Amino acid sequence: MKTIDTCGMSCPQPVLMTKKALNEEKDGIDVIVDNNTAKGNVLRFMKSAGYSVEIEEKDGTFVLKAKK
Amino acid sequence: MKEKSGIIITGGIIGLFAVLLVYFGNPANMGFCVACFIRDTAGALGLHRAEVVQYIRPEIIGLVLGSFILSSMNKEFSSRGGSSPVTRFVLSIVVMIGALVFLGCPLRMILRIAGGDFNAVVGLAGFISGICVGIFFLNKGFNLKRSYKLTNLEGYLFPAINVGLLALLIIAPAFLFFSKSGPGAASAPIWISLAAGLIVGALAQKSRLCTAGATRDLILFRDNYLMLGFLSILAAALVGNLVLGKFNPGFAEQPIAHTDGLWNFLGMALAGWGSVLLGGCPFRQMILAGEGNTDSAVCAIGLLVGAAISHNFGLASSAKGVTPNGQIAVGICFLILLAISWANSEFLSKNAQS
Repeated sequence: MKTIDTCGMSCPQPVLMTKKALNEEKDGIDVIVDNNTAKGNVLRFMKSAGYSVEIEEKDGTFVLKAKK
Repeated sequence: MKEKSGIIITGGIIGLFAVLLVYFGNPANMGFCVACFIRDTAGALGLHRAEVVQYIRPEIIGLVLGSFILSSMNKEFSSRGGSSPVTRFVLSIVVMIGALVFLGCPLRMILRIAGGDFNAVVGLAGFISGICVGIFFLNKGFNLKRSYKLTNLEGYLFPAINVGLLALLIIAPAFLFFSKSGPGAASAPIWISLAAGLIVGALAQKSRLCTAGATRDLILFRDNYLMLGFLSILAAALVGNLVLGKFNPGFAEQPIAHTDGLWNFLGMALAGWGSVLLGGCPFRQMILAGEGNTDSAVCAIGLLVGAAISHNFGLASSAKGVTPNGQIAVGICFLILLAISWANSEFLSKNAQS
């Protein structure tokens, strides 16, 4: 599974990076975010694109796992 | 659904409070205006000497501290920064110059529309156009690189500065400037303004409301979340104005506005484009600065300096209209935005990468 790291990026970069990565890896990706705003935005985008999402929290960051 | 009701309620309360702040003494259609209020604060500190727009606005202090308090309580306060701060400083000056040519930040643009000021509809067209140009560059890879975690003190300083401003406002030492007439002399009582700012600041921290993000996310991701907030500000302020008899539709003789359509459009286009590059409108930057985002604190300082430049150099419009200096400045600012947009997109790095 491809992983993209959006830590430190400001709006709307985390969602843009997710969108771009999902265009290339249609089966799913892992996205690392480091704040609740990006978490909410990326989660909303993944769900509206038709993916099921699992969230893992570790050391103040979140990994959003999108799967078809 | 719960998420969406949060932003709708936030927008509704902003619209309602904006109308009430005018009722309690703020200038017309100016319950909240981040550009105007930072400009007034710049005047009170003596950074510019436009006598009619000098007052430390407690609404701004409230927005920052409301966001600071809630983000500290819900553990979302995070001290970070270092994402192209000087670029953000320059972008913020440009956004302020654009906003003061139009006469209002994007939030006041919504409030002006809700008061029946059709000039602000022209401004909205410019704002959306500017956002579209920003989106073009986002799609070309525009970004200002990542930010980094910093010491907590770094994030606390901007909220602390706002506590200092509140102290200055209450003590009112003789070295400050307070307008005796004009918009700067029109204000709701300090505690009402501060309370409104605190409540709105906390709600906006929770809901992430952003006037530029509304259009940006709708176009870029077909995500209407922020747009719901934008529209509910408009709806609530419109209803409030209708109830209080403050809705006066038309172009002519609107409060603190001019009728020059071209410059209303171009001023707001600068604000829209600049806000997309900054990652959020001036209102959102105040909330982020309260959460410990020091890039947004740099933005606030840029807005302050931009306001001083606007009035010291005669760039800001007035009810009489746009100034020649303001028109030249808008042209220069478009070139600055173009250069920053281009230099931070993939036009330059594409060859290097492949």
